[in-house]
Amino acid sequence: MQPLTNTATRYGWAMIILHWLIGIIFIGQFVLGFVMMRIDSQRMSFELIQLHKSFGVLLLGLVILRIAWRVGNAAPALPPSVGTVERKAAPLAHFALYALQVGLPLSGWALVSVSTLEIPTMPFNQFVMPDLPLAESDAAESFWSAAHWYLAYAGMALVALHILAAMRHHFLLRDSVLTRIITPSSARE
Amino acid sequence: MHARILGLAAFAACLAVPVYAAVALSDAAGSYTISPAGSSIRFTIGKAGGGGFDGAFGRFKGTIRIDNADVGRSKVDLTIYPESVGTGQGRIDAFLRSDAVFDSANNPEIQFRSTSVTRTGDTTAVVAGRLTARGKTFSEKFTAELDGLKSGTIKFHVTDKVLRSRYGMDVGTPIYSNVVDFDMTLTGRRG
Repeated sequence: MQPLTNTATRYGWAMIILHWLIGIIFIGQFVLGFVMMRIDSQRMSFELIQLHKSFGVLLLGLVILRIAWRVGNAAPALPPSVGTVERKAAPLAHFALYALQVGLPLSGWALVSVSTLEIPTMPFNQFVMPDLPLAESDAAESFWSAAHWYLAYAGMALVALHILAAMRHHFLLRDSVLTRIITPSSARE
Repeated sequence: MHARILGLAAFAACLAVPVYAAVALSDAAGSYTISPAGSSIRFTIGKAGGGGFDGAFGRFKGTIRIDNADVGRSKVDLTIYPESVGTGQGRIDAFLRSDAVFDSANNPEIQFRSTSVTRTGDTTAVVAGRLTARGKTFSEKFTAELDGLKSGTIKFHVTDKVLRSRYGMDVGTPIYSNVVDFDMTLTGRRG
């Protein structure tokens, strides 16, 4: 039985599952967002936007769970192979990734709340998500639309950096930074 | 409404005929062309979480023929041009005209052809017919109420609930209701 919670050297299953689930949704949302705004079919575009909103709500829920878990469970210490600069930069990059995981769904929620189209948010057709108490206007919609785009590009830039760093650890430094987020037992101690 | 019905009653009473409403309708016998000036075709679609959105068709044409001998043989033809849909929000209008909903470029007309008219009251009738939209035809029943009649002009208030999914326009359900509530005022001018 592998541990659910983190230890001083290992990530537990809860953090590992949340990491990959959120990672896949986060990248998938970027792809979906890109496609839904460029597709010719208005019908397909509408359906994809609703799907994007559904996954956004799911992402926000998972991220809140992840942050709560993280607050109660310190992340394992970095292996000795990690250099001084990276030791300082990694927590900042991870903090920024968390901020974007929260900021992206929130800015999307703000966008649909201020939109003059007044399209309800109904995650996976299950329930009606209330709008944020923000005033509707075309100007506010343009603002949140731009904010959502810029945050998305910043998010993808950070994800790319995150993946490159993981590759570097695995293939160049050959340490356990990547493997320990795959299974708890693959952390080399 | 009551004033109008009373008005019809008074009119009929002047003719000294016992069943006044029947006379009012038989007096209405004839052919009418639907006049856009006094007519409107509005619709409402409910939204999950309450509220809904309203729209109207700006352009339509049609005829109403009321049979003197047999009201049941009366006829209503109505053609609506979906390109003229208006909701007050340009982006929604463009969406409705697109292939997501009306596909008005390929299906420029929505047609209703009545098949039977059944009197249900002094001033009311159910008009059954075939509604064609986006190449699909289904039977629909409209409730019509005589709303005014004077010197060559006849006015009906027509309501109906149409299931849009049947016509290939189910986009957005269940966020937006499948039921479209129509509310029409049709004014016909004789000739």
